[in-house]
Order: sequence, then C-alpha cells, then structure tokens
Amino acid sequence: MTTTTLAVLVPLLPFLGAAAGLLLGRTAPGFVRPLAVLPTLTSLVLAVLVAARQGGGRALDSATELTPTGSVPIELALHIDGFAALVAILVGVVATCVQIYSTGYLRDDPRYPSYAALVSLFSSAMLLVVYSGDLIVLLVGWEVMGICSYFLVGHYWETPEARAASIKAFLVTKLGDVPFLIGLFALATDAGSFRITTVLGTVASGGLHHPTLIALLLLAGVAGKSAQFPLHTWLPDAMAGPTPVSALIHAATMVAAGVYFIARLLPVFEASSAAMVVLAVMAAVTMAGSALAALAQDDIKRVLAYSTIGQLGYMTGALAVGDRGAAVFHLLSHGAFKALLFLAAGVIIHAAGTNSLAAMSRMKDLRARVPDAYWTMTVALLALAAIPPFAGFFSKESVLGAAEHVATGHTEHAPGAAGWIVLVAGLVTALITAGYATRLWLLAFRGRGAEAPDHGRQPLVMNAVLWVLAVPSLAFGLTYRVLPDWFGGSDLTPTLTTSVLGTGFALVGGLVTYGAWQHTTALAARAPLGAVAAHPEADAGLVEAEAIASRAPAYGDVAYAPDPGDPGRLLLGPLHRHAALGFHLDAVYDALFVRPVRAGASLVRFLDREVVETYVHGASALPRLLGAAVRRAQTGNVQTYVSALLAGTVVLAVAALLVATGV
Amino acid sequence: MHLAYPAVLSALLFCTGLYGVLARRNAVLVLMSVELMLNAVNLNLVAFDVWLSRTARETLHSGQALTLFTIAIAAAEIGIGLAIVLAVYRNRGTSDIDRLRDTAEGHEDDTPAAEKAEATA
Amino acid sequence: MNPASAALATAAAGTHGFLSPTGVEIAFLLVGVVTFGAALVTVSTKQLVHAALWLVATLGGLAVEYLLLTAEFIAWVQVLIYVGSVVVLLLFGLMLTKAPIGRSPDADSGNRWAALTVAIAAAAALVWVVVDAFRTTWIDLSGPASGSTEVTGASLFQHWVLPFEALSVLLLAALVGAIVLSRKAKADAAATAASTPTVPGSRSEKEGVR
Repeated sequence: MTTTTLAVLVPLLPFLGAAAGLLLGRTAPGFVRPLAVLPTLTSLVLAVLVAARQGGGRALDSATELTPTGSVPIELALHIDGFAALVAILVGVVATCVQIYSTGYLRDDPRYPSYAALVSLFSSAMLLVVYSGDLIVLLVGWEVMGICSYFLVGHYWETPEARAASIKAFLVTKLGDVPFLIGLFALATDAGSFRITTVLGTVASGGLHHPTLIALLLLAGVAGKSAQFPLHTWLPDAMAGPTPVSALIHAATMVAAGVYFIARLLPVFEASSAAMVVLAVMAAVTMAGSALAALAQDDIKRVLAYSTIGQLGYMTGALAVGDRGAAVFHLLSHGAFKALLFLAAGVIIHAAGTNSLAAMSRMKDLRARVPDAYWTMTVALLALAAIPPFAGFFSKESVLGAAEHVATGHTEHAPGAAGWIVLVAGLVTALITAGYATRLWLLAFRGRGAEAPDHGRQPLVMNAVLWVLAVPSLAFGLTYRVLPDWFGGSDLTPTLTTSVLGTGFALVGGLVTYGAWQHTTALAARAPLGAVAAHPEADAGLVEAEAIASRAPAYGDVAYAPDPGDPGRLLLGPLHRHAALGFHLDAVYDALFVRPVRAGASLVRFLDREVVETYVHGASALPRLLGAAVRRAQTGNVQTYVSALLAGTVVLAVAALLVATGV
Repeated sequence: MHLAYPAVLSALLFCTGLYGVLARRNAVLVLMSVELMLNAVNLNLVAFDVWLSRTARETLHSGQALTLFTIAIAAAEIGIGLAIVLAVYRNRGTSDIDRLRDTAEGHEDDTPAAEKAEATA
Repeated sequence: MNPASAALATAAAGTHGFLSPTGVEIAFLLVGVVTFGAALVTVSTKQLVHAALWLVATLGGLAVEYLLLTAEFIAWVQVLIYVGSVVVLLLFGLMLTKAPIGRSPDADSGNRWAALTVAIAAAAALVWVVVDAFRTTWIDLSGPASGSTEVTGASLFQHWVLPFEALSVLLLAALVGAIVLSRKAKADAAATAASTPTVPGSRSEKEGVR
C-alpha cells in the first residue's frame, strides 16, 4: 500500500469502528469491545508506519477534488509533515490506551457501547484534523470533536453537574468557533484556496491582506478549543465526564487541536506582530492564572484540568515566540504524561471512593492499595514539574529556551516583548506547577488517618496501560536530539541558563510546598472531613459518578473544600478562596453574558406569547368563523348542490357569451 | 323548415328536464327528468344531422349514429339507475332524494336510528 | 315559445318568410307544443304514475318530430326503446319503491323555487343563443329521406362499426352491473329481513299514515 492509502486509513478506521459500534452496540454486545479497541490499535500501527515512511523528510501532499464548488475549491487533501506524523502517533497511542483502559473502567456501564463508539469517533476526528491538508476538511474534524466532547462530557447525564458541564463545553467552544469560521473564510478569500500549502505559499509571498484580523479571528477559535484565557472555563467543568474521556480530551485530542492548528499555520500568525503579542499575553495570563487556580482546587481531576490549561499556555507561549518545534515537542510529551496522570487519577478515585484531595489526605496507606498508580503517577508528576530527566523537563526547557532566544533579540520571527512575557510567565508558572504537583502527591499518597477501605484489585488492563504510558513520560525527552530532524527547524537542546533557572524554580516550589504541608498536616487530623461514594465496590465509572454527585452536597461547591490541612491554603493566603473558584471568571461571564441572554430570552418569550400569538389567534379566528358560515351550506341535499352547480354554469356560460359576442 | 324550431324545442325540453332533476323528490321521477334531458339532446342531434346532410353534403350521418348510441347508453343508464334506486330503497326504506343526507355537516346517523326505533315500536 | 317566434318573425325576412308555412312546419310546431306541454306536466304533476304516462306522451311526440325530420329509423327506435321499455322499467321502479298511487302533496322537494329559477335562467340563455345563432338557417326537407333505415344502416355499419361494437360491451357491463347491484341488495335485504322481520309491516303502516 502507498503511504497515502495508509494515511487515509488512519482516520477512516476509527470512524468505521465508531459507525459499526453504534450500529451493533445493542444487537451484538460481544463485538463492542473488539470494535472499540482494534480499529484504534490498527490505526496507531498505521500511523507509526506512515511516520516511518515519511521519516521527517519532505512533506507528503495528496489531494483530490470531489466536485467543483464554483468558488474557492474544497479538496480532500492530506498534508503530512513531521509534525503531523508525530502528533498522529501521539493521538493513536493515547486513544488506544484510553480505549483499553475504558474496557476496565466502564466494565459494567450500560452505555458503554455508545461511549466507546464516541471515543472512536473523537479519535478519528482528531486524526482527520492532524492529517488534513485542507482547512475545510480540518474544520469538519474540529467540529466533530466539539460535538463528541459534548456527548462524552455528559456521559453521566444523571448528574446535573455533567449536564451543565457538557452544555458549557459545547457553547464555549462554539463561541470561539464562530470567529474561527469567519477567519477561515477570510484567510481562504485572501489566499484563493483552502489548501494549507497554498495558504502558506501566499503568506510567504506576502499576499495576505488582513493578517492581524485573520490571526485574531482564528485565535478566538483556538482559545475556545485549546482552553486558553478567556475561553478556558469549560475545561475544569468538563471534569464531570468519565476520567478516560478527560484523559483523551486533555492529552491528545481536543485541546491539542488548537495548538496544532496554530503550529500548522504559524506563518499566518507571524505575519502580524500584534497577533503574536496577543498570543503571548494570552499564554502568560493562562499559564499563571491556571497554575494558581490549580493550587487551590480540591478535586484531584480539577487540579489536573487547570494544569492542562497551564501546560497548553506553555505551548501557545512557544508559538508566540515563533518556535513551533518547541510547541509540538511540549504537546507530545505533555500528551503522554497528562494521559498518564488522568488515567492514574481514575484508578485513585476508584480506590479511594472519592475525588476530593481533602478526603484522600485523611486516608492512610492509599499508595499501598494502588502501587501501580502510585509509581506511575509519581513519574508523571515529576514530568509535569519539569524535573530532569523526565520528559516534561526537556520540552519545557525547549519552550523557555525559545522564549529566552527571542527575548534577547536573536530572531526576527517574533517581537522581543512576546519573548519576555513568555519567559517571565513561564518561570513563575514553573514554580507554581512544581508546587501544586507536590501538593497533589502529598495529599493523595501521604495521607494520615483512618485506613482506606479496600475495594479489591484494580483491573489489569487499567494498570497495564499506566505502565505503557509511563515509558514515554520517563524517556521521551531524550529524543530532543532526533526531533529537530522531524520538525525541520530549531535546536531543542536545553540551554544552560533556562535549565538552571527552570529547575531551580521547580525545586523551590516543591520544597516550599513540602514545608507548608509539614506545617498544615498536623491540623488535618483535627478537622474530620470526607465524602465517599456509596458503592465503593462497584466499577470505577459508577464510583466516579457518585463521587461527583456527592461533592456539592458535602462541601457546598465542586471546587472548594474547607480543609485547614491543605498546604495550598497556607501558600495562597487570602487568594485561596478566589483561586478555587477560578478567579470568579464564571461569575463575571454569568453577569456579562448569561443574564443578559436570559433576560433577552424571557423578553422574546413574552413577545412570542403575548404579541405574536395574538396575531396567530386572530389569523385562526377569522377562517374559523368563515368555516362555520360555509359549513351551514353543507345540507347533504344533493339537489341543492346540483342547483348551485348549474346556476354557476349558467352564469359562466352567459358571461362567456357576452365576452365572445363583445356586447 | 326553420332550423330554429327543433333547436328551440330541444332547449325548452332540456330545461324542463333540468327543472325536474332539481325539483322532484322521488328518485324515479328524477330519472324520468334525466330521460327528458337526454331526449332533448337527441332531438338536437337529429335536427342538425338532417340539416348538415343536405347543406354540407355530410355523408357520415354522425348525428343519427350518435343518437342511436345515446339511446343505447340511456337504456343502460336507466337500468343501472333503477338498480341503485332499488338498492337504496331496500337499505334505507325510502327513495326520496332529500332524505338521503348522509353527507350533511354534523350528520349523526339519526335517521336510521329513528327508523329502527319505529321498527321496534 | 312566444319570444322565439317573435324573434324569428323579425329576423327571417329573406326568401323564406316566417309566414310561408308548409304542412310539415305547421305539423312540427303543433306536435312541438304538445310535446313541450306533456313534458311540463311530467315534471310538475303530483301523481307519480301520471308522470310516467305523460312521459310516454312526451317521448311519443318526439318520435313524431323525428319522423317529420325524415329520421324514420330513429323514430321507430325511439318508440321501441323509450316508449316500449324505458317507461315500463320506470313504472316498475315506481311500483317496487312503493310509490303512492294518487296525488301525493310532497312530490316536489323544498328545492322547487331554486330549481325553477335555474331552469328559467338556463332556458332563457339557451333560447337566446340558439335563436341568435340559427334564425336565418333553414333545413331543406325535400328529396330522399336522410334517415331511412337503409341510409342509417349503411352509415352505421360502414363508418361506425367500431363504436357500435364498443357500445355492446358497455351494454354488457351495464347488464352485469345492474344484476350485481340487485343481487347484493337482495342479500342485504334478506339479512335485514331475517334480523328485523317487521320492516315491511312498518313501512306499510307509515304509508297508511301518510
């Protein structure tokens, strides 16, 4: 088979698997698990083959036009360069791991068939985005991911949190997608084509007329999809979905799509220095704010969600300084360790019967219950905190190095201000990141108090997947020597200055947090606290759903817990309360958008009920009166009918005669 | 002979039949009126055939042939019509046209009920 | 007929004045008056059986008119089929539906005045049109009869064979249809008679009341 055929099969196989899974889910439950895992696994193998054949060399381009559209042509196009090949492998690995993990996690879930099919569809859409060489085809995958995330986040739709979260995720991402669509059209109008290669050629020859406008419009869509400030608020709430879905969304698919999109079209953004500065500011605010929020969260998954937002901030920061190699490098390593973090968190939630860190910190020996999750999560948290030699260190250093490179004025790709913004924000974030990683680890695994209840061994598939993902989290960073060949660009080797600075900040953050924990952990024993799922012996999915449902009644909020034993409370001081609530951004949105929209809706409802309906009633009353009048003529007497008929005939005949004779 | 004589006679007969169809109550009398209308048409056909065969040398005699056909069809019609009238009479106990009002608006099928009540009484 | 005559009198001023009556014309007019009068009685009499008998007079008068128009064959067919069979059928129909013998005050329905209006309007329109169109047209009745049996038969079986045969199929269909309708009615009547055997008695009682 040619490489093109293989590449077409990569997104096609999970899609077919999803279709078959949706069709056969009810009639043949025995096929559901193979249909979920095998197509994804096969497409991973094919993606590896495609990458091996492409080999980081010249980009592979292939296109076919199905039908002429009359204006700007839309083609089924592939554009596979080193970025696409490697990101596709990441998507394949994470999707396969998630599918395998889900067979254990949602073992007894009655809606598993539709869930597995949607996960397959989700991966297929992401692979389409990765391989697509045409912006409209890319948009198709982009929007399919949006709708799949809506369904998957709302998987536990019995709980009101999940319902609200799924609608929020959908609406917020759509809010970004509308400007995104307009931006795509503007871009295609300027370039005369939707093909990425053509667009990039136009940019290179300076044919772009409105680079700032287009870049900002596209940026809105990217901010929605990749959960960047100010459209990031859907991501922490999306934790109401099942843990494997969170892993999939956060590691490889949805949020990665935005970063990947900018990486593909980076020259378009570079054409406008204003857009680059906006990107840098956006990345800096996102990084620092989300790291502070992560430090205050009580829900283990929300901590990870805010950390995702922060790490995505690093990637957009790298893009803001014009280094897409660093961005995609961080995307790849982050995908591996973040998937691992989420999947391990799923195991921990199952074992502890709660998703609250405050409750976990009052359980003894939780780490002994789940040794696999303990060790792999430690690796992943070290990677997240960018401690050498774990994967996160190398990728984060490459980002910081690129920022420093720009800040010191060594390149003309990006404005120096962007470099400084990203560099400072990145270092601050590195400090806080290490802090919340340490806090998470200490609270989850170093708890003191009653013995954790024993819920039996975790399913083998779940633990096995953790170890599979631990390998890249540990060692992927060492590929920094090879990757520049694939990315065809800058050097990714960590520079000495930023390495020392970054690692130093990380160590300081970790140590300070440890000190604070030493100080506060004594208080924890005095304040008993905790809510545990009602059926801890059930399968992991049910435990998690119950944990989510019982949070708000137990603590009064999905994000906050009144726990004096939390080191984050000590570190943040008065900021803690605001950080836990995401700096009240939701309340601001509520006041700015939700309430005006609701008021408008009630106004429209009033107008519809009281004004429009009056016309409708009037319009129906008149025909009804006429009908009642005409109905009286229906006497049932045939002779009356024929009389009327013939009288009409006579009148018509006389009229016709008068006309014909011209009287 | 003046052609207007048979034409006018035919028109008047037709309208007489028309009146009968519209005004008579008994279905058999309505059928009689229909026969009158058909005969009026026949007279027209014959008169114009005679006129045309003389003045226009028309040799097909289409008017007379059509008259014969009309007579045959009228015979068939009267047979079927009477069969229908008889069937209605047997089912409903009447052949009065203005009492057959099943198609009226708000018809509640009360006539047969009243009849049944009478029958059992 | 008076308006028509007046119109003719003013219009026909050429070679054939209205007042150049031949015997045929006078006979046609007289028989026409009788026919029309009989038709009027047919549709207006209160006695149902008398209506059928006046219909005989109308149809017979028409047969005479056919003869005067030299359509001999049609005239005899008219007598045979209409006067002979159709009227007999109608009389049978009247009897089978138990039509009252003697005057029946409700022979006309309540639609009478509407019917009269429509009929007079239609008559006025038709007579006006016909007179307007044919007031100067004459039929030449001299020469051989145009509707003798020979001529009619020749044209019927030379030019009109196919419609003639098709008509036989129609007649057959009508025959079958009439039989089917009657049979079904009989079966239904038998069923209803079996269930409610008092129906004939009640009917006759009602008529008696009438």
